[in-house]
Amino acid sequence: MFGVLVITLLLTISLVGSNMDAILKQGVTFQVRAEITDNPAIAKSFSSVEEFEGYIQEQIEQRARLLGLDEPWHSPQRLGLTMFKILTLDFGHATFLTSDLGSSDVRDIILEKLPRTVLLFTTATVIISVIGVFLGALAGSKAGSAVDRITSSFAIISSSFPVWWIGMLMIFVFAFAYQVFPARATPPIPPSDPAYVGALLYHMALPLITIVAIGFGSWAYLVRNFMVGIMQEDFILAKRAIGIHRRKIIYRHALKNAAPPIVTILALSLSGSLGGAIITEAVFDWPGMGRLYFEAITVMDLPVIIGATYVLTVFFLASIFVADLLYGYFDPRVRTGS
Amino acid sequence: MSSVTPQEIRQEFAKSRMGIAGIAILSALAITSVLAVAVIPVETFREWNDPSSWLEYPKAAVPAWTNVFLGQKVPEHKILDSPRVVSERHGDITLTSHRFGTYFDYDDFPNDWIYEFSAQYSGSPLLQMSVIRPDAREIRLLSASLPYSESPTTHNERIFSTDEIVRKNVAMQSGEFAFALDRLSAEDIIFSQGHVHEPLKGQYVFLVNLYGVGTETKISQSKLVIGGKAFGAMGTDELRRDLAIGLLWGTPLALFIGLAVAIASVIAGLLYGVYAGYMGKRTDEAMMRFNDVVYALPALPFLIILSVTISNSIFLMIGFLMIFGWVGIAKVARSMALQIKTRGYVDAANMMGQKNSRVILRHIVPQLLPYAFASIAISVPAAITTEAGLSFLGLGDPTFPTWGQILHDANVYGAAARGLWWWITPPGMMIAVTGLAFVFIGNALDAIVNPKLKR
Repeated sequence: MFGVLVITLLLTISLVGSNMDAILKQGVTFQVRAEITDNPAIAKSFSSVEEFEGYIQEQIEQRARLLGLDEPWHSPQRLGLTMFKILTLDFGHATFLTSDLGSSDVRDIILEKLPRTVLLFTTATVIISVIGVFLGALAGSKAGSAVDRITSSFAIISSSFPVWWIGMLMIFVFAFAYQVFPARATPPIPPSDPAYVGALLYHMALPLITIVAIGFGSWAYLVRNFMVGIMQEDFILAKRAIGIHRRKIIYRHALKNAAPPIVTILALSLSGSLGGAIITEAVFDWPGMGRLYFEAITVMDLPVIIGATYVLTVFFLASIFVADLLYGYFDPRVRTGS
Repeated sequence: MSSVTPQEIRQEFAKSRMGIAGIAILSALAITSVLAVAVIPVETFREWNDPSSWLEYPKAAVPAWTNVFLGQKVPEHKILDSPRVVSERHGDITLTSHRFGTYFDYDDFPNDWIYEFSAQYSGSPLLQMSVIRPDAREIRLLSASLPYSESPTTHNERIFSTDEIVRKNVAMQSGEFAFALDRLSAEDIIFSQGHVHEPLKGQYVFLVNLYGVGTETKISQSKLVIGGKAFGAMGTDELRRDLAIGLLWGTPLALFIGLAVAIASVIAGLLYGVYAGYMGKRTDEAMMRFNDVVYALPALPFLIILSVTISNSIFLMIGFLMIFGWVGIAKVARSMALQIKTRGYVDAANMMGQKNSRVILRHIVPQLLPYAFASIAISVPAAITTEAGLSFLGLGDPTFPTWGQILHDANVYGAAARGLWWWITPPGMMIAVTGLAFVFIGNALDAIVNPKLKR
């Protein structure tokens, strides 16, 4: 588990490392030149142009050495240092982006965006799974019925639509044709305003509806497939023969048996939704992790990219781990040893 | 685990309505791509991102067919490039006359018009332009001499309806109109009725006369564009591009991307999984750990980083998508191989001293082929939507514009919030329909190959 995390980080750093150095060096050069233009006294103290240029060059090199830029990014020392910093959640300062409150510390930025993504996507996932489980149980217990066929075909059809495209259509319908919801999900008022939470929730409605509408079909289909298998098992037949009420069988006994895979998928999709948020948030302009990631990529703000990748990976791995634990908890057959 | 023969699969597949629907959609898409490649020259498509090659097209025009459903007919964009040419000679003076006839039958004024020509002459010929309206009035638009040149020369020019001289000329006819012309643009006057300011329907003729003295004078290229608000089968976007071309060319691209990624990753995953399962023990353990690592990498962030830092060429992109595509298939293939390798005939083959590679390729892999086909079909939509998603974020290959990139542009220009539905709906529909075709085929195959799902 930890190994995967380190590998992910290594890959990310090796992919962006050389660019990062180039950008940092540019930053240093810019800084030195800016200082000299701010302070004309320095320029006057030199007699010739060559001497002056030499001084600038020296300054740049000095500062670059201070940042450790004289060694390539893949030298063991620098790599180790970078990794250590990231693992201890010290992501450094962002090059361009800032948080809403103006801080350029990557940790502040991420801490500010993360709750919003969690708010939107966790809410969506929970709603999706509740609808999905009940619809799926209903469809699965009556395999071949009209409910089953409608659910299954809806699931198949909705799974081939990209969420972000449905998002664009929803913006068209609800923000342009019938002006019910705002087109951009970023509230126009500053976060310090007390009305901000309310505005955020109102702006959340459209993305939430979209994600739920596209998502619950495939959930229902999954649950349905598990249920179809379980409903054919002997113990269900026996229970039915005893005369236990049908609804009780479905929700008490059959669903309980379908729980392990369902819970696993729930855990995975919770974290998966965080990654998938990148495009959805870009469409709706939702001020969360996904959009932060996208903005960081477009302006090549590398500390932010690395930090966000790290956080996403941690979440992803944590949920895989939790899913494994839950599976063992719900399905005693998986437990090994004792 | 299946032991279905190909014939059985074919028979079962023919019975599945879903499978047939999938095949039908897929063949329609295949025909579209063949047509696109055959009919639309690649150059047109290559110039997709070059604004200068789309100048004569209208900006954000609705598809022309919407006029059928609308009460108010929106003027259609017309590109007239085959005028009736008459050449006359009166002693020293040669007259070349180009006539563009167009039937105007809409309830709104056109946006503008542009006359584009290139003339070959020497001296300083006189260019006259006028329009004959359905009510037989003739409005003088322009009367100007072309730049003087002693030697034979070629002169290119565009005359716009917004040119000040055209506007002045038209405004001089105020006696013919019963309303004030002050604030109106040239095309609003030309296409207006005499007594009220409403469009006058009927046959208009734009007349271009070029009078040259003595020498040979001719107009070699001559094109009149009447700017409308409706164009073509699919409309145009904000950058004046004909969306029909983008959509048609997107089809072969999407099929190529989807199939290439799906086939390559299924083959890779299949061989990887079967090899791990067949070898067992340490090899299996090591290979599956590696599999777990790849599985745990967050795919989309990595794809984004890869395309930003390495390259966004479409072929490399296919490779990147493959990296994350084979993992799940390898897992299933391994568990299937674990079952198959315990069968008698695999043991027998081993006893006979056949090489491992031969056992895998001859005895195990063929057993997994039905499953492989089903997974290819199922993984195509994911590949297409992922590529579309990356393009949507603006990370696609600009030399091969895909549906995702059309949607990216639509999003950049705020098409959804501005109500440009023809820019958003068709590309997404194409993505969804293509995905659906493969999902249908995949599910139909899956139902045959996996007897568990039959009920």
